Amino acid sequence: MGQAFLVTVNFTREQQLIPGKAAVDARIVRELRAIVGDRGLITSPEELRTYECDGLTNFRVMPSAVLLPDSTKQVQAILRICHRERIPFVARGAGTGLSGGALPVENGIVLSLARMNRILETDLPNARVVVEPGVTNLAISDQVLVQNYFYAPDPSSQSVCSIGGNVAENSGGAHCLKYGFTTTHVLGLEVVLADGTLVNLGGKTLDTPGYDLAGVFVGSEGTLGVATKIILRIVKRPECVQTLLAAFPSTNEAGAAVSDIIAAGMLPAAMEMMDNLAIQAAEAAVHANYPDCGALLLVELDGPVAEVKALMTHVDEICRRNAASEIRVAQSEAERALVWKGRKAAFAAVGRISPNYIVQDGVIPRTALPRVMSEIEHLSTEAGIRVANVFHAGDGNLHPLVLYDRSIAGQEEAAEALSYRILEICIAAGGSITGEHGVGADKKMAMSKMFSEPDLETMQRVRCAFDPWQLANPTKVFPRPRMCGEKPGKYVAHPLEAAGIAERF
Amino acid sequence: MDGVPSAIVTHHAAFAEAARVIVSNQFVRAASASDAVAGVHPQTIVEPGDEQELAAVLKLANDEGLGVIPRGGGTKLGWGNPPKRADVVLSTARLNRVLEHAWADLTVTVESGCTIQNLQDALARQGQRLALDPLWPRHATVGGVLATNDSGALRLRFGALRDLIIGVTLALPDGTLAKSGGKVVKNVAGYDLPKLVTGALGTLGVITRAVFRLHPLPKDTRTLSCVAGNLDDAQRLLLAIQDSQLAHSALQLRYAENAALQLDILFEATETGLAAQIEKLQTIVVAAKLTDSGPEIWKSRQALYDDANSGEAHLPVAKISVLPSCIAKTLKLLARISVNLRPIHFCAVLQATGLGCVRFEGSPASVAALLPVLRAEVERDGGSVVIADRGAALVPGDAWGSPGDALPLMRSIKQQFDPKATLNPGRFVGGM
Repeated sequence: MGQAFLVTVNFTREQQLIPGKAAVDARIVRELRAIVGDRGLITSPEELRTYECDGLTNFRVMPSAVLLPDSTKQVQAILRICHRERIPFVARGAGTGLSGGALPVENGIVLSLARMNRILETDLPNARVVVEPGVTNLAISDQVLVQNYFYAPDPSSQSVCSIGGNVAENSGGAHCLKYGFTTTHVLGLEVVLADGTLVNLGGKTLDTPGYDLAGVFVGSEGTLGVATKIILRIVKRPECVQTLLAAFPSTNEAGAAVSDIIAAGMLPAAMEMMDNLAIQAAEAAVHANYPDCGALLLVELDGPVAEVKALMTHVDEICRRNAASEIRVAQSEAERALVWKGRKAAFAAVGRISPNYIVQDGVIPRTALPRVMSEIEHLSTEAGIRVANVFHAGDGNLHPLVLYDRSIAGQEEAAEALSYRILEICIAAGGSITGEHGVGADKKMAMSKMFSEPDLETMQRVRCAFDPWQLANPTKVFPRPRMCGEKPGKYVAHPLEAAGIAERF
Repeated sequence: MDGVPSAIVTHHAAFAEAARVIVSNQFVRAASASDAVAGVHPQTIVEPGDEQELAAVLKLANDEGLGVIPRGGGTKLGWGNPPKRADVVLSTARLNRVLEHAWADLTVTVESGCTIQNLQDALARQGQRLALDPLWPRHATVGGVLATNDSGALRLRFGALRDLIIGVTLALPDGTLAKSGGKVVKNVAGYDLPKLVTGALGTLGVITRAVFRLHPLPKDTRTLSCVAGNLDDAQRLLLAIQDSQLAHSALQLRYAENAALQLDILFEATETGLAAQIEKLQTIVVAAKLTDSGPEIWKSRQALYDDANSGEAHLPVAKISVLPSCIAKTLKLLARISVNLRPIHFCAVLQATGLGCVRFEGSPASVAALLPVLRAEVERDGGSVVIADRGAALVPGDAWGSPGDALPLMRSIKQQFDPKATLNPGRFVGGM
């Protein structure tokens, strides 16, 4: 629990900087209960325990209360009280996040959006769907399946994770190589700001006048407010989808094949890679019938039949040229589903071959793959800790799984250190500390490695504009809070204004 | 200098002198009549040589309380509202390098003053492109196209600039040079400032460099057109094509009074893929005859502006955004209200995304009278009408229309980034 302790230390330091932190006392609880009713309020310690962490379980903080509003009006009423009392709040979807983004804040409340789970509108002619934040990712695709549409972002947790959480984290998934991320598909948002104000960002039409605040809100990890309604773009299902699986001697050859596919001017729907250890784990868990090899490459092409056929022949040639020993093209929807099941289960599957593991999320320019792989291998050997690798190979998003055994003294710390070193390698390669899991509580210290102080200060100006009291998910994303009270510069009247010629807006 | 108080002259002289310490002498010059911004005449033009110089000059102007107009190719300087003041034009003309084309990673880092055409030429050498077709690519720069969020027909398939930009470096009025995003396509570390400044009309900071994700140049392309009998038919066809499994890159409707309605569709694919798709398209358009119209047709959006520019009267153009299902309805509305306000004539190019532009021919007073009526109706359906080009006669009125209930939040953002309203004062929504 080394990291959890570290977090507590940070909170103590930040408490001096963040206003509020008033305890949620009996009077406030009564007020909150009046808003959401008994069903919408959790205060008993046993029940609160469910909310003390998200998918990143080594960070835990007990919230003072959990609120489960069922309408935008209730969210507004709750946040008005939080604002008046300076109580920090953390919005939470399904709690599947992997960076501690939904980790509660001490003396704060958790706002679960689980009960706001209605699909409000389906507009097929315009390919728009309007949903509440608690709707699961997969429910949207299910809703429009019959009409042959789907919601493109597909994080591995898509059957349980919520759209509200996807918006907060700007979730990706295997198919974002071609289709883009959550932010590509969010056209508009209804947001409750930290003081309870309701604002509409973006809309059902494109290029609404003014700043692209929907674009800034997506991926802000719950630090700018709470989304209560989301306008999404859905996509027509392609005429055909084909998935090819190729076995390579190592990730080097598989990586070379990926580069050749890109160089040939193709943009597959997905390109996923797994190394031998990840393959073993997936096999043990779901019997995906993967070949035993150094690296597996999964390439999915979609589009019109003739186009996919022509390109698949080309992909096949490229794989053979790069020493692929075995190539299979899924012949049925069932085969295709099995191929993907192994890939999507890979994280959890690692549990079959190791008692404990850390899921890392870093990004590198794709061309740096061979170099980064050998560096990771070197670190792994040096530390005596195994690392399984799963990549979204098309966009350079690595998910190294650092395997360890908590019962062996010192191994957890060594694994954490190794995991952090991988991020440093990603930064050094010109990449990023997170491709889709977010910064959250987990990686805020690494932000200083990736960005300079002026970069971070500039980002925090946005936060000060949205939430000057920093009540929305404080202590996340940034290594240090910025005091919004410090105005960036004293206002000085322009000479023309002073002369009465111009007026200030 | 008639009517300018002596205080500003002093400020200005101090600024120009100090700017010459930062930027070499020949790149700080007095403005000429052609440097006017929507009728407002700046005094000094500064062309910094790199982003540090640019940030230092911006800080200097900000400290002196001068209004700064960032300028790229100057092709869209009339967009937005006229500036409340325009003392200094900060030109990115010398920040024009393609810094790194990481072709194997499908990304490019480019300085903001690079023209779109020069960028595309560099990318094409490796068979790649920025999948965007903005106005006037030979003159328009990366920074200017970003600030105005200009996009063309390719947006249907590849998205807007917000979907293509992955990193940005900004110079803020206080002299801060800050970067956000990065050089990798997938990245969720920190706030997405590249999106914040895209379409912000240079009111938050001056973009000094940008990083984009790239796409391969298409192997083969075909443009086909067909005539629609009436607006309802055109609307039906457009939605049917959108609802099909065709993988087209662009789809637009061209409207002109007393001319046939034209639908244009662009395919980018392999040769075999193309043939199959065209066959399928024929089954959707049924009886309508498909003709090979060639790539020039995709310049029709620019032609709306260009025709206006080359003709005797430089005509106003509005950018409209409606739901794809409301395209015919909007054109009918335009026809109805322009009849009421004769003599106004209009022609339009609308993309299947619901974005389009409309050119008006008529007296400035009648165009000015039409716009609020059009805007009220379009905004009621959730759309927007923005005056892009006011024309030679400078059609009056607010360029933007309603920014909705987020305007106070937008003002807070502006206050955080540019508290003295140094950058493009008054040109953006709500007089920001």
